[in-house]
Amino acid sequence: MARQDSQSIARSGAVPSAAPAAEKILEPSPASQMRRRIFGHYGIMIGGTVLAAIFLIAIFAPLLTPFDPILDQDLAQKLKPPFWHDSPKYDPAHPLGTDLQGRDYLTRLVHGAQISLLIGFSAMLISGVIGTALGVAAGYFGGRVDMVVNFIITTRLSMPVVLVALAVVSLIGSSLWIVIWVLGLLIWDRFAVVMRSTTMQVRNLDYVAAAQACGCSTLRIIMTEIMPNVVNHLIVVATLEMAHAILLEAALSFLGLGVQPPAPSWGLMISEAKGMMFFDPWLIGVPGAALFALILAINLLGDGVRDVTAPENRN
Amino acid sequence: MLKYILKRLGVAFMVALTVSVITFSLIYVSGDPAVALAGEAASNDEIEHIRKSYGYDRPIPVQYMDWLGRALQGDLGRSHYLKEDISDVILTRLPNTLILAGCAIAFALILSIPLGVAAAIRPNSLIDRFALTLAVVGQALPSFWFALIMMFFLGIQMRWLPISRVETWQGFIMPSIALGYYVTPGVMRLTRAGMLEVLQSDYIRTAKAKGLRPMVVLFKHALRNAIIPVVSLAAVQFGFMLGGSIVIESIFAINGLGFLAWETIQRGDLPMMQAIVLVLSLFYIVITFLADMLNAFLDPRIRVT
Repeated sequence: MARQDSQSIARSGAVPSAAPAAEKILEPSPASQMRRRIFGHYGIMIGGTVLAAIFLIAIFAPLLTPFDPILDQDLAQKLKPPFWHDSPKYDPAHPLGTDLQGRDYLTRLVHGAQISLLIGFSAMLISGVIGTALGVAAGYFGGRVDMVVNFIITTRLSMPVVLVALAVVSLIGSSLWIVIWVLGLLIWDRFAVVMRSTTMQVRNLDYVAAAQACGCSTLRIIMTEIMPNVVNHLIVVATLEMAHAILLEAALSFLGLGVQPPAPSWGLMISEAKGMMFFDPWLIGVPGAALFALILAINLLGDGVRDVTAPENRN
Repeated sequence: MLKYILKRLGVAFMVALTVSVITFSLIYVSGDPAVALAGEAASNDEIEHIRKSYGYDRPIPVQYMDWLGRALQGDLGRSHYLKEDISDVILTRLPNTLILAGCAIAFALILSIPLGVAAAIRPNSLIDRFALTLAVVGQALPSFWFALIMMFFLGIQMRWLPISRVETWQGFIMPSIALGYYVTPGVMRLTRAGMLEVLQSDYIRTAKAKGLRPMVVLFKHALRNAIIPVVSLAAVQFGFMLGGSIVIESIFAINGLGFLAWETIQRGDLPMMQAIVLVLSLFYIVITFLADMLNAFLDPRIRVT
């Protein structure tokens, strides 16, 4: 066992001093190989840049425009066209025009990024904790625990997410945090499924057996042996589920049972503009395009992380 | 085989029972259903009256057993709002949703399986890249937004297709695309990955070496094996579509179960809400069960383990 361990360390090059100097010059270190793969991957670079930009826009939203997304209503200024319409009604103070209540559309859009990112990230965190706990427990302990967790996953999957979320939100009232909790408690299934199968693979490897033989506690084995080796899969699922949560929030808000007006949620903006879509289609085009760009960026990043960390899973 | 069927049937039954408990407790999420039904302005007497007349004064387990017993006989109770039997309402709305979900899954499979196969035959070719781009873009498009955009261009600008409340086949085209396109990336990737793996196997080389025509090798030998995981995915997605059609149906005003669910939620019609969640969940359980049976039939290895 000991010999195998030292061999595997030497092979992976985790300890630089163990590798001969000549080899070090010939072969780039794993870290620099990884850096090269990350910077050479179009998906990660494009997705990461767009996501970072949206994140910065969300943080600095109040500084970007002189208006307030909710309070600055002016019915005299309503439905100003955006800059590409080339209309005499265009007002340079409102580059993306104004909505039905005369609120600056650019201001609503950049503040909407806050809501999408907050909901996506928080719901992903909640579902990630639930799903990872269930999945790792099932994969590590197997047997009865696995049966029970599988049963819970199957039961959860058979309940229609949108319908249950709508029903619960309509019964207990809707606010930003209620939407986050309802989504977080509903969409953990993929975390559980993926963590279960990856933990099962890792759990049968020799270094877990070695840790058990050393007398490590179960918690310690899970935290220091299992988790670091499944974390790349966890990141991939996390990006997928963050995108999923953002799309679900937009759909709920669009149906009128998510974030409530006058909050500048992108789904809500599309819903409010629905009645005007035949006359002013840009009102639904702008927030929809923002939603599309955000989801695309998150998905590209997730796909990229999968490609870079586990090339064998590429498809 | 029989042992496998029985085992799978037992699990499906247990899941259905658990779902029924969760669905039933849905009306207690908000607290007291009698208060919720009576509205905010109701007096205590009115609330008491409602509690008695709908049977909410009985112990909860008794209420559950009563509800389950009736549901097993096909009686889902009466709608508080429509004053009709819920089973009748659901049965009249169900065909539209089934047609919609059926067309949507058909659209998804017809688009994604040939694309996946073509992409697998020539990896990294132009068609592979096209398929991959389509998948990445498709996964990021919010379905309700895509539906509105289609409505605007195909319905308003071009006037090619009717935009809402039309019960002809043309009326189902846009909703089916809006509901189905979201599934295509997953199915396409799975088909491609499966085909890539199978095409490298020995029996495909043998089949080619025997001099079989390329089409026969591709479809009879390779696709048949690569399609097995796709069957499971398609079944799961079909089940999701029944529940997910709520967004699309309410946009296109299609008189189906999803639209009914949306109306019901807005009216706060609790028994109807319960019934719809239960029916959709049961549909999903039945569909995934049937898909497992089909898979066991296609792949004998599944039956043994």
